[in-house]
Amino acid sequence: MPIVSRGFHGRRPTDDRKLPPGQFETFDFPVLSAGPTPRVAQEDWELDVTTEDGARHSWDWAAFTALPMETPTVDLHCVTRWSKFGTEWQGVSLDVLLGDVETAAEFALVHAYGGYTTNLPLEDLLDGQAWIVHRYDGEDLAPEHGGPARLLVPHLYLWKSAKWVRRIELRLDDEPGFWESAGYHDYGDPWREQRYQGD
Amino acid sequence: MTIPADGSPAEYAYMDGNALAGPLSEVFAVDVTTATSRCAHCGRTEPVAALRVYAHAPGLVARCEGCDEVVLRMVRGTQTLWLDLRGAVALAFPMDGA
Ligand SMILES: [Zn+2]
Repeated sequence: MPIVSRGFHGRRPTDDRKLPPGQFETFDFPVLSAGPTPRVAQEDWELDVTTEDGARHSWDWAAFTALPMETPTVDLHCVTRWSKFGTEWQGVSLDVLLGDVETAAEFALVHAYGGYTTNLPLEDLLDGQAWIVHRYDGEDLAPEHGGPARLLVPHLYLWKSAKWVRRIELRLDDEPGFWESAGYHDYGDPWREQRYQGD
Repeated sequence: MTIPADGSPAEYAYMDGNALAGPLSEVFAVDVTTATSRCAHCGRTEPVAALRVYAHAPGLVARCEGCDEVVLRMVRGTQTLWLDLRGAVALAFPMDGA
């Protein structure tokens, strides 16, 4: 591979302080997918939050896009070892979506169109740490990257940021998701390199 | 490989089940791709070699050709290999008759 001057494409050099152990920096945006890409039209899209006692809060596209928006710029860390710095998103903070939800739940199981699931502690969705995003890099989020909307939880490995998000199930107990039940770590902190069970 | 941004033609997204032969030979003495699997979701019976394998993922995901549900998933950790077969009712292996 030819050596390209680091400034050639106007890209900044890798900042090792931002790179978790075992990761390398990538400049493109790899598409990972465990199945066919769901094609969900914005007008058919719906997001639900359900609680442990059966209450359901729903947003269709119009209701979702009417919520206050944030524009987080975050670093992504994929468990397949690539990291991408400075990605720019637009979406709604989970603090907004969960603000009126009464729950005693400590865990969330996130369900996606297409059947994917991932679990995480509820507290990791709160306090400005997570968003439902529908725009990336100034454009509507492409289906390959999780559009119409995906979860974004950048402080955990990217498999936790479920693409094609459909429902956030708030639970009293921790139910392992698609990858967590097949060997991947229950929590997935890239800075502690929690890739697999037992890490 | 990445999927083109202008769409994801099926032929780019998955391989056939023969892609499982190498990875699974680490744990099985027989070639698993010669087995017949029965999908736990729709009941379809087909050769493992005919499953649709999505490999551009944190693990290998083999899906039923009939219903797209997951039949088999495999994760290769540093010191452990996980094999999740809950999507298969059974695997049937051809054996030499006695
Ligand atoms: Zn099936």
